[in-house]
Amino acid sequence: MISFALTEEQNQVRETLLSFAENELASRARSADEARKAPAELLDMAWSLGFTGLSIPEACGGGGAPRSHLTGALMLEALSYGCAGLASAAFSSMLFVNPVIDLGSEEQKLRYLPAFCSETRCTASLAIHEAAPGFDIAGMTTRAERNGRGWVITGAKRLVPMGERANHLLALARASDASGLAGIRAFIVRTDAAGVTIAPDSGTIGLTALGFARVELAGVPLEGDAVLGNGDGADIRPLLASLRIGGAALAVGLARAVSNFAIPYAKERVAFGEPIARKQSIAFMLADMHIECDAMRWMVWKAAAEADAGRDATRASVLAQNYVNRRAFKIADDGLQIFGGHGYVRDLPLEMWLRNMRMLTIHDAIAAA
Amino acid sequence: MDFSISESDRAVLDDVVVEAKAGEKYARYYDEHEEEVLPKSFPEAPSFPPIQRRLRGRSRNDTPMLVLQVLMRIEREAHCGVPLRQPPTALGNAALDAAGTEAQKTRWGHLMLAMSITEPGAGSDTKAIQTTARLEGGEWILNGDKIFVTNGVRCDGAIVWATVDRSAGRGGIKSFLVLKGTPGFELVRKEKKLGIRSSDTAAYAFRNCRIPRDHLIGGNENVPRGESEGSASYKGVLKTFNMTRPFVAAGGIGKALGAFRFARDRLAETGVVVDVDESPNFRSATAQALLDLEADIEAATLTVLRAAWLAAQGEPNNLEASVAKAKGGELCRSGPQRAMEALGAMSLSHDYPVEQYLRDGRITDIYEGTGQIQRLVIARAILGYSSEELT
Repeated sequence: MISFALTEEQNQVRETLLSFAENELASRARSADEARKAPAELLDMAWSLGFTGLSIPEACGGGGAPRSHLTGALMLEALSYGCAGLASAAFSSMLFVNPVIDLGSEEQKLRYLPAFCSETRCTASLAIHEAAPGFDIAGMTTRAERNGRGWVITGAKRLVPMGERANHLLALARASDASGLAGIRAFIVRTDAAGVTIAPDSGTIGLTALGFARVELAGVPLEGDAVLGNGDGADIRPLLASLRIGGAALAVGLARAVSNFAIPYAKERVAFGEPIARKQSIAFMLADMHIECDAMRWMVWKAAAEADAGRDATRASVLAQNYVNRRAFKIADDGLQIFGGHGYVRDLPLEMWLRNMRMLTIHDAIAAA
Repeated sequence: MDFSISESDRAVLDDVVVEAKAGEKYARYYDEHEEEVLPKSFPEAPSFPPIQRRLRGRSRNDTPMLVLQVLMRIEREAHCGVPLRQPPTALGNAALDAAGTEAQKTRWGHLMLAMSITEPGAGSDTKAIQTTARLEGGEWILNGDKIFVTNGVRCDGAIVWATVDRSAGRGGIKSFLVLKGTPGFELVRKEKKLGIRSSDTAAYAFRNCRIPRDHLIGGNENVPRGESEGSASYKGVLKTFNMTRPFVAAGGIGKALGAFRFARDRLAETGVVVDVDESPNFRSATAQALLDLEADIEAATLTVLRAAWLAAQGEPNNLEASVAKAKGGELCRSGPQRAMEALGAMSLSHDYPVEQYLRDGRITDIYEGTGQIQRLVIARAILGYSSEELT
C-alpha cells in the first residue's frame, strides 16, 4: 500500500535531531570546518543523545528499536540541515554499527556492539576508497588472503572519515576471485592491530570536520571470523545500498538548508529598486531548488523503505544516489550564486556548503542509513 | 512509509496495460487522420470491462484511490494507443461538479462538457480574459473568441469563462454553460497539432450569443472587489485545476516511461544493459543515459504520488500539485528526447513509436499551466508573495 506517512516515533526522532542540528551543529559548523576537526565536547554531546545504540539489539545492550534505514535517513537528513560535516562526524560510528547489525554474525554482534551502547563514546568508521582515479569498488586493490584459519589483509585506503579517532574499522577488500562485487567482503579491523598505520590524509575540499585519514594495511593478520557475516562473509551489496541512502540523505538535508537560507536573503537583498526574489531569474531558481528538494527526499525515502521491507534496495538506492548527486550539487551551487560575492566569502556558509556538497555527492561512504 | 503495490492493485495495473496495448493498433492511423473524431468505442472495447468494475471490492486499507488512479494514468499513457472507449465526460464536468449549484449538476451532469478558458490573447494569464458577458433582459450576452478547447468538437456544450466587469479584474470573471446549437455560438475550426491528434481541440467564436440567466455556473452574480479577491466560480475552477495537475503530470510521465521502456528493451537486444552494480566510471554513455532517465522518471513519479496522496488524506496539496506538474512537464520533454538520442537515427522513423511519444508528451508542459506558471506558483508559495508581488 502506497503511503508517505511517517510513524510517530519517526516524527519524534526527526524533530529531536532537527532541533539538535539547528541549536548545536549549525553554530559550530564554521569553526569546525576551519579547525578541520569536530570538537570533542560536541561529539560527546551527540553521543549522549543515544542514537548510535538505538537499534542495537537488547542482547548486546542496545535500545532494541527495529533497525530501519528510513529512520536512519530521517536522522541524517535532519542532522545535515545543521551541518553535514559535524553530523557525519558525530554519527560516523553508524558506518560500522549498522552493517554489523544488518550483516554481522551473532558472535560479531555480541562481541563488537556492546561498546557502542556504553556511556563512553566509541568511534568507528568504514574504509572503502583507494587512491586510483576513477575508483571502482569491484576493482579495488586491497586484498584479503586466507592464511590458515585466518586472513591477511593488505592495501592502502584513502579518505577514511574519522579515521584517526576510530577504534574499529570496516575495511572493504577483495577476498576472492568471484567476479565484480561478489568477490568483495568487509573486514573488521582493530586500529591498534599490528600492521595498521593511520595518518591524516592530504586534506579535502569539504566535510573537513570528519578529519579524513589514510589507512595502511600492511599484511595485517586477522582472525577467521573477522570477515563481516557468517562463514565466508556476507554479500556487501546491502551495505553499499545503506551507504548510498545515507550519503543521499545527508545531501538532501544540506540542500534544504541551502534552499531555506537563500529565501529570506533573496527577499531582503534589493537590486534595481526591488528585492531580487521578485525577479523571475532568482524566483525560478528558488522554485527549482524547492522542487528538487522534494523530489530528492522521496527518492531517498523510497530506497530506504525498500530496504526496510526486506527487498533488494540496490536499484532503488542507485537511482536515488544518481538523482541526488545530479540535483543536490546544483542546489548548493545555485544557492551560492544567489548570494553573489557574499556567497563566495567565508563569512556566510554558502561556500562551505558547496564544498561539503561536493564531498557528499562523490564520496561513497560518509554515512550509513 | 510504504511504496509497495498490493497484488490486487498490480492486477488492475496489468489490465490497464493490456487495454492500452490493444489501443496501440489504432495509434498511427489517428495520428495521420487528424480530421477524424474517435468513435465512441472500438470493437475491442467490450473485452475490457469498465475500470470501475475491476475496482469493485477493493480493500479500503489499500493504496488510496487517487494514488492508484495516478499509477493507472501513467501506465495507460506509457502507450501511444487511443482509448478504446471515449469517456462520457470532460474537464467542464469537473468544473460543474466543483462550482455548479445542485440544480445545475442535476440538469447538465449527464452531458459531456468541455472547458473553454484560453483566448488568443490570454493563456496562462487567465485574468486577461477579454470575452464579455453582459446581462440584458434576463439573458447573458456573450462576445469573444476562444481557442484550445479540448474535446470542443465532440462535446455537448462548454463551460465558458467570461468577464462580467473588466474593471473588477479577476473578481469579474465568471463561468457560463453554453450548449452546442445556441445561436451566436460558432465552432470555428479543429486545430492541427504536433501530437495528441486523436484528441480534438477546437476554436470557438461567440457573437451576441444569448444564454439564459441561470446558466451562470454557481449562480452568484456578485462581483467581489479588491485585487486578491477571486469570485467563487473562479476559485471553484482553480480548485478543479488543483485536482487535475497531478493527473496531467502523470500523463507526461507515462510518455517518458513508454519511450524509456522502448529504448531500454531495444538497446538490450544490442547488448546495452544497465548494470546497477557497475561503477559509473565503467558504464557506457548510453547505459548511463538510460539510468539517468530511469531515475528522473522515478523522481517525477514520486512527486505526483505525493501530491495525490496528500489529496487523498484531505490535506492541502496546492504547492505539491505544482511541484508534480513542473516535474511531469520537464520529463515529458527531456524523457522522450533522451530515449531518442540513445536509440539513434531510427528513432526518428515511423518504424518506432518513440517519435510519437515525444510529440504526444510535449503538451504536458503546456496545458493545465506551463512549467513556468508552476514555478511562479511555487515561488510565490515559498516566498510568501502574492500574485501581485511576483509576476
